[in-house]
Amino acid sequence: MADLFKGYKGNALELLKKYKIRVWSDAVVSTTRGEFAGIVLPRAENDDDLHIVLKMVTGYNVGILVDTITNMKEEGYKEANYKIPEKEFPYSAEKPNVKLFGTGGTIASRLDYRTGAVIPAFSPGELYGAVPELADICNMTTEKLFAVFSENMGPQEYITLAKCIGKEIENGIDGIVVGHGTDTMHHTAAALSFMVQDSPVPIVMVGSQRSSDRPSSDAALNLIHATKAAAESDIAEVMVCMFGPTSDEYGLLHSGCRVRKMHSSYRSTFRTIGDTPIATINKDSITHIKDNFKHRRKDRDVKILPYFEEKVAIVYYYPNMQPDIIDSLIENGYKGIVIAGTGLGHVNKEIYPAIERATAKGIAIYMTVQTLWGYVHMFVYDTGRDLMAMGIIPADNMLPEVAYIKLGWALGQADDLDKVKEIMLTPISDEITEREPYNGYLVFQGGIPEMEAYLKRIHK
Amino acid sequence: MSDIFDVVNNFHETKKEIGYVDFKSATEKDYKKIGFKCGLEVHQQLKTEKKLFCRCPASTYQKIDEYDAEVIRHMRPTLSELGEYDGTALMEFRTRKNITYRLKNETTCTYEIDDTPPFKINLDALKIAIQISLLVKQSVVGELHIIRKQYLDGSIPAGFQRTGIIGIEGEIPLKNKTIRLIQISIEEDSAREISDIGHERVYRTDRLGMPLIETVTYPEMLTPQEAAEACQYLRFMARSTGNVYTGIGAARQDVNVSCEGGTRVEIKGVAHIKWIPLLTHNECYRQVALLKIRERLLKKIKPSEWNMNVVELDYNKLTSSTHFVLKAKEENKKLIAVNLPNFKGILSHFTQPGKMFSNEIADRLKVIACLEHPNMLSSEMPRPEFFFADGDYIKKALDASDDDAQIIFWTDEYDRQIATETIEERCQMAFEGVPNETRKGLPDGTTIFERVLPGADRMYPDTDTAPICIPEKLIEDIRQTLPHDVCDEMKTLTEWGVPESAWTYILKNNLMMMIRRINYETDVNYKFIAKLFAYDLNHLEGQLKPSGEFTFSKVLGMFRFIKEENLHPEISRLMLVELYQQPNMRFESILEQLDFKRRDKEKLKSYIPLLSEKFDQINTSKEADAKFHWVMGQIRNKAIGNIALTDLAKIVKESI
Ligand SMILES: [Zn+2]
Repeated sequence: MADLFKGYKGNALELLKKYKIRVWSDAVVSTTRGEFAGIVLPRAENDDDLHIVLKMVTGYNVGILVDTITNMKEEGYKEANYKIPEKEFPYSAEKPNVKLFGTGGTIASRLDYRTGAVIPAFSPGELYGAVPELADICNMTTEKLFAVFSENMGPQEYITLAKCIGKEIENGIDGIVVGHGTDTMHHTAAALSFMVQDSPVPIVMVGSQRSSDRPSSDAALNLIHATKAAAESDIAEVMVCMFGPTSDEYGLLHSGCRVRKMHSSYRSTFRTIGDTPIATINKDSITHIKDNFKHRRKDRDVKILPYFEEKVAIVYYYPNMQPDIIDSLIENGYKGIVIAGTGLGHVNKEIYPAIERATAKGIAIYMTVQTLWGYVHMFVYDTGRDLMAMGIIPADNMLPEVAYIKLGWALGQADDLDKVKEIMLTPISDEITEREPYNGYLVFQGGIPEMEAYLKRIHK
Repeated sequence: MSDIFDVVNNFHETKKEIGYVDFKSATEKDYKKIGFKCGLEVHQQLKTEKKLFCRCPASTYQKIDEYDAEVIRHMRPTLSELGEYDGTALMEFRTRKNITYRLKNETTCTYEIDDTPPFKINLDALKIAIQISLLVKQSVVGELHIIRKQYLDGSIPAGFQRTGIIGIEGEIPLKNKTIRLIQISIEEDSAREISDIGHERVYRTDRLGMPLIETVTYPEMLTPQEAAEACQYLRFMARSTGNVYTGIGAARQDVNVSCEGGTRVEIKGVAHIKWIPLLTHNECYRQVALLKIRERLLKKIKPSEWNMNVVELDYNKLTSSTHFVLKAKEENKKLIAVNLPNFKGILSHFTQPGKMFSNEIADRLKVIACLEHPNMLSSEMPRPEFFFADGDYIKKALDASDDDAQIIFWTDEYDRQIATETIEERCQMAFEGVPNETRKGLPDGTTIFERVLPGADRMYPDTDTAPICIPEKLIEDIRQTLPHDVCDEMKTLTEWGVPESAWTYILKNNLMMMIRRINYETDVNYKFIAKLFAYDLNHLEGQLKPSGEFTFSKVLGMFRFIKEENLHPEISRLMLVELYQQPNMRFESILEQLDFKRRDKEKLKSYIPLLSEKFDQINTSKEADAKFHWVMGQIRNKAIGNIALTDLAKIVKESI
């Protein structure tokens, strides 16, 4: 029964029942404000119980105030059907084979114009219908691993994903694409960088910043770029492939451990921090920026290291932080803490005792910088030296999120803190780099005349 | 070609055949005969400080070459549930336009270019929209749902416009009938196009996101004049709130037209109401012409049997030296010839004044295949030199017969296929009659193809905005602020005895309240004040330039001064001339400028004997009241402001 009134509750539900009107009814509603006609749409769970939503013949939706309704009449009924017809993804023996893993984010979608619903497209047939260019690049197969939002991706998902990728590589795939929500894409990219080592093929993570129902969405172009990178590129690393500028011009291939989402909504939100991206990519070509990457190989000698200790936390330091923050982690049995410290890697004296308690309990504590750019330098000031004496280990220029993922992964495979330290400080995939190139730090400042002249010339 | 088809004659014959009536001589009967039907979509910018979904300033504009940054986007169609692109979507995708947006930091933030989700809706705009909705007696919705309406032309960087219904139904009164409304929506204005050449389209984003309302009528206007009248009414009505912008481009209308058996064709963005009658007249007859073409074609051939033949021409085999062909050769373009079976007499068939069917094809080649005008030659051009010289070669290459017509166009390889498909598509449509499309109105009253008309099925909910409740209380509060209905204002003007020719100026400038106020404060009669605005001031605006800011309230100040100084209001007509040029001048100085002196009745009377004598000496006229008029003329300027001119006339009459 509940299904007949999708999402309606309280007063609105009462009224629908009273007049025997179901969701998907073609209804005429008389109100004190006039008469409205249209199809009764489902109501979003979090919306109030004071309105009933109609889709009118003009295509517009309107809400009708329950208090004003004097009569309702069902004139017809047609339940919406969200099925998308599929077109078979063409196969060609000469083309590379690419596997697309889905984790829950919508990469492509189609509209159900009648009801206005946005239906995700995922199967090869659906994708081919939405982004036919993919068939020019590769033979594609897809597998939906999870259906979770980006923020719900966690250790269990990292492990499953790593294992599935390993299996595909063993089976001879030429490239992997992972569709992912953008919010935590860089966490998952780091996790895969550690869990899938020495991959002979590219593993490319991709998503979209603007939903794929919009004609100007970045989704299709990102997917085309990512698929091309997976199918054709010589870069056998875990990468994130997203827009370079906000303009529809080219994408960037970022190293999975140096990339970070830097804007809540911009298309060009992903940036490589403290280094340059590996390459730029467009529909026609891949242009390398760096040449010291791992090359594609014929063999299948991939190492899958699916470990993760969940009792690890990031502590973002702020002035006046109290020791109880650290103490609560100790009490709750945490095994590792990554601190995002100020400046070169500092915290205030007040929490020293808590840090001493933590290291005494055998908790691994690593220091990163909340400035994101730059290295931890704990020898420069007394504070840093004090902290190291207490057992905090500087994590060089590892990004806080990457350090968090790596510490979880290291503690997942070793209990001995010296062993953990060795794992942590041995670079696997550029999470620590020996040097920061001069162009690794670029945050432009608007308003400065030469910068404005430059902005006018390039497409941001 | 041995015998050349008389194109000019065919054009005129076909024009006659469809019964085209010149706009100036067309009557209601003519429109009834062709089944003229017209509806309006009137867009009106709302006067708010900020835009609808972000906090950028509204109504701050940038010049064409003034920008801080550029962003490039491509529009990609999304599929409907049937797995097919809709008409517009497909066309826009086929045109493969690079769309460049020119942004200015002052007028554009990351929202306009769709790099940030929308902020809360501008409540001022919402209130104005509800106010106007109530004015036309609409059913206001209980909850505003913002939906996304797709546009693939690039006029909105997201590829969709955020819009929502404020009210439905409602009506407006015309002189002799009532026109019903379908709906009023609140929506974001689009970006302004700078240029559209080849594959590059450029927009500026200053206007983008400004709040506007769209009022949609049922197609119930049955003559071009009714369409203009309804549009005028909607404009006055919106302006009567005092809450809408009134400058150039602040109100724009889309006009949809059909004839009996025709198709609803939308003429987009008509900038001036006065253009509506001629545009709709011509569009309706264009449809009549297209239906005639359909009839002629179907008599000759079945559309399923109609096949176009296409060949690439060899420059070496051409003998003529037509400028376009030489240029095409120079630019390394391919020269493509197309044979259109049974199209003889169709290409030069009348469609609009000065335009024939081949224009329909040429316009589509420009828009869809990005081939800039002039983009083709045909066997049915007024002066087909090219076909004189090379007609035989072309016809032979195409294996054409005598009842066929031919087109030649030039293109690079990239656009070749789409251009060919475009020609074929338009010719196939000729068998169906009037294509579903939007057209652009030109100042000469004709229209050109703009794009395929999108359906109602390109709308879906905006997931970035929550529904907005419109409670009873809000509606009641807004109801209190409603201005007088325009219809009522017109009645009032009639009661005041204000001539109809003065109405437009008064209503357009929202002067009813001002006239009431001047009358209330100074007792000057309504008709006099109304005429001072609508005739005197209107005339001055066309002739002179003020040295400072002239506002209508200066006129109020002037009448107050006249009352305080106990002058006769007739002096206002003289004072206004000075006041308009020098808005900041003191009223005393204006009087000095006019050389005004206070003279009572007796004083004025004392001038008459001398003038009377003078007239007798110089008079040559035999007219009876020549003397009266001459003396009046001599004394008028001395009297104005002191006594009423009607009183002066009495005195003069008595004294001569
Ligand atoms: Zn803005």
